Amino acid sequence: MRQSAVNSVIKRIEENPVATEKDKWVLRLYVAGNTPKALTAFANLTKICEEQLMGKYSIEVIDLLINPQLSVEYQILAIPTLVRKLPVPVRKIIGDLSDTERVLIGLDLLPAS
Amino acid sequence: MKKTKKKIFNNILPKSPTGIQGFDEITAGGLPKGRPTLVCGGAGCGKTLFGIEFLVRGATQFNESGVFMSFEETNEELTTNVASLGFDLDDLIKNKKIALDHVHIERSEIEETGEYDLEGLFVRLGYAIDSIGAKRVVLDTIESLFAGLPNQLILRAELRRLFRWLKEKGVTAIITGERGDETFTRQGLEEYVSDCVIMLDHRVTEQTSTRRLRIVKYRGSMHGTNEYPFLIDENGFSVLPVTSLGLMHNVSDERVLSGIKVLDEMLEGKGYYRGSTILVSGTAGVGKTSIAAHFAEAACKRGERVLFFCFEESPSQLMRNMLSIGINLKTWVQKGLLQFQATRPTFYGLEMHLATTHKLVNDFKPNIVIMDPINTFVVGDKDLEVKTMLIRIVDFLKANQITALFTSLTDNHSAIENTDVGISSIIDTWLLLRDIELNGERNRGMYVLKSRGMANSNQIREFILTNHGVELREVYVGASGVLTGSARIAQEALENAEVLTRKQDIERKKREIERKRKTLKSQIAAMNASFEAEESEVNKMIKTEQDMIKQLEQDKIEMAASRNADKENSKTKILKK
Repeated sequence: MRQSAVNSVIKRIEENPVATEKDKWVLRLYVAGNTPKALTAFANLTKICEEQLMGKYSIEVIDLLINPQLSVEYQILAIPTLVRKLPVPVRKIIGDLSDTERVLIGLDLLPAS
Repeated sequence: MKKTKKKIFNNILPKSPTGIQGFDEITAGGLPKGRPTLVCGGAGCGKTLFGIEFLVRGATQFNESGVFMSFEETNEELTTNVASLGFDLDDLIKNKKIALDHVHIERSEIEETGEYDLEGLFVRLGYAIDSIGAKRVVLDTIESLFAGLPNQLILRAELRRLFRWLKEKGVTAIITGERGDETFTRQGLEEYVSDCVIMLDHRVTEQTSTRRLRIVKYRGSMHGTNEYPFLIDENGFSVLPVTSLGLMHNVSDERVLSGIKVLDEMLEGKGYYRGSTILVSGTAGVGKTSIAAHFAEAACKRGERVLFFCFEESPSQLMRNMLSIGINLKTWVQKGLLQFQATRPTFYGLEMHLATTHKLVNDFKPNIVIMDPINTFVVGDKDLEVKTMLIRIVDFLKANQITALFTSLTDNHSAIENTDVGISSIIDTWLLLRDIELNGERNRGMYVLKSRGMANSNQIREFILTNHGVELREVYVGASGVLTGSARIAQEALENAEVLTRKQDIERKKREIERKRKTLKSQIAAMNASFEAEESEVNKMIKTEQDMIKQLEQDKIEMAASRNADKENSKTKILKK
C-alpha cells in the first residue's frame, strides 16, 4: 500500500509541466515508511507547493526503509526531512512541515523575520 | 532468544573482549556483550581511540566486524589519525570488517517545522550494521547532535530510543561523551547508558601528564575500581592492571651471584635470591652504580638478559665509566643480552614510567631489571605516589620472577633508613654503602642491612673501586672506630712492624742463649784446662816427690851399702813402701 502511494505521488509530480529550467524547483522528501508524520509532511508540502510554486516544481519522495543508503548523500538524520536540491543553495527542512511560515522561510520563499 | 536469556541467567554476564592490553583483565573479560557502554572524559583523553581500537581489535582478533559512526571527524581524517597507531582502516573497510559513517549536521542549514524523529539515523546505523553484519558499534560523539538539533526534548527521547534499539539489535556499543562540569557527560548521557561507564582522564601534575582510566560502574560484573594508568603509544592503548597484583607470587630457591665474590660470601656464599628485590643505597659517589654494573655483567656472563634503566646517565656515559673499573658492558649490549633504557625521570609522569617499564619488560623479557637510581622520581611531595609506583613495579617484577636491583641515593643529612622513599618494607636484600670520613679522608664502607631468608654477614667491609672492579676488604675496628683507607694501611703497617719486632726479639733471645751456651762451654773448657794444668802440675809434683823418695831410698841404700847394713831388712822396707 505504501509502495503504491509513493509511486502515485511520483507519477503525479511528473505530470506537472515544468515551466523553465531556471525556475525549476527540485524538492526531495525523505521518509521512513508510511508513517502518519510522513503523510502529514507530504500533504503539507504539496499544499504549499501548489500555492507557491504552481507548475514549476517536482517532488521526489524517498523511503529510507527501501533505500537506506540514500540517507548518506544529504546527511539525513531526522525524519521527515525536506531537501531543496534546486535552486541552490541546498536547504534542509526537518519536521512534518506543519508550520507553514517556517517552511516558507526555510525554502527562501519568505524573508526570515 | 529464550535460550540465550536463560544462558545469561545461568552464567555470568557474557562479555565482549576489547583486545586492549590490560583492559580485559580489569573488567574480567571486556565490555558487556550486547549492551551499550559509555566512555567519557575530557578533550584529548583518548575516547575516540578507545572506540576505534575496540573495533579494530574486534575485527582482527575476534572476527567481529564493527561500525564506527563519527559525529566529529570525517572518514578520511579518522583513517589518517589512526594510521599513526598502526591501524589500516582502509584495508579493513575493503574487507567489510569495519564500516565508517560520518554523520554531519549543520545547524544553519536546518529549519525546524514541526514534529520529527531521528529515524534517519536509525536507518543509517541499521543499514551500516546489516551491510557488514556488525557486532560492535561505536558512536563518537553523539552529543554533537545537541549542537545541531534545536529540539532537545525530541533529541533526548530519540537517544533513549536509540540505546534501547542498540540493545535489541544485540550489538556491543561504545558511546563516547565529553565530560561535563558535574556530570560524567555534558548532556547527561549516563542517564540513558547505565550498564557500564568508563571514565578516561588526562591529568597534569607537576608539569607531567598522566592518563588514567577508571571503571565507574559495570552492572552485573566484578571489576577493578582503581584508577588505572594507561598509555597511548605506537601500538595503541594499553591499560596497566598493576594494582590488581597481590602477594601471591611464587618464590624461587634459586640464587643468583652478585658478581662480587666477597659480597656473595657475605650472603651465605651464594648471592641473592632469584626474583628478589635488592636495594643498594648510599650517599653520592659511593659506588652504587658499580655494584649494579657488576651484577649486570655477572648475569650476562651466565647468559641471562638484563634490562638496565638509567635515570641519571646516558648509556654511553655509563658504559665508559664502568670501563674504568674494568667492566665492559658494551659487548653484552652488542650481543643483545643487555638493554639500556635511559630517560629523565621528569620526562613523563610516574604512571608513564610504570607503563613503559611494563611494556619494555614484556617486550624484552629480562631475567634481571636494574633501575639506577629510583629516588630521582621524587619531585616535590610525591613520596607516597613514588612508593605506590615502586610497589607496583616490584609486584610486577616479582610476579614475573625477575630479580630487581634498585639503587637509591640517600641524603647526607638525614637518617639512612628514612630516605629511601619508604620502600624498605618491600626490599628483600638491602645493601648499604656509606662513606666513612676519618683522618681527612673519605672512604667507603659496605654492609648488608638486611637480607630476607638468609644468614647474612653482619660485618662492615671496606669497599674499594679498583681498575679490575669492586673489592671488599676487611676493615679494622679499633678503639677509635672503624679504620679505613690510609688509617687501615697505617694500622696494617703497625701490625706488620710489631710482628717483625717480635720476630727479631725471638732471634735476639735465641742468639743470646747461644752466646751464653758458648760462654759456658768456654768457661768449662778453661776450667778444664786449668784443672788439667793443675793436675799435670800435681802429677809432676807427685812424680818429683816420688823421684825424691826413690832418690832418698837409693841414697839410704847406698848409705846403708856404704855402711854395710843388713841388706835384707833394708830391701824389705823399700819394697813395702
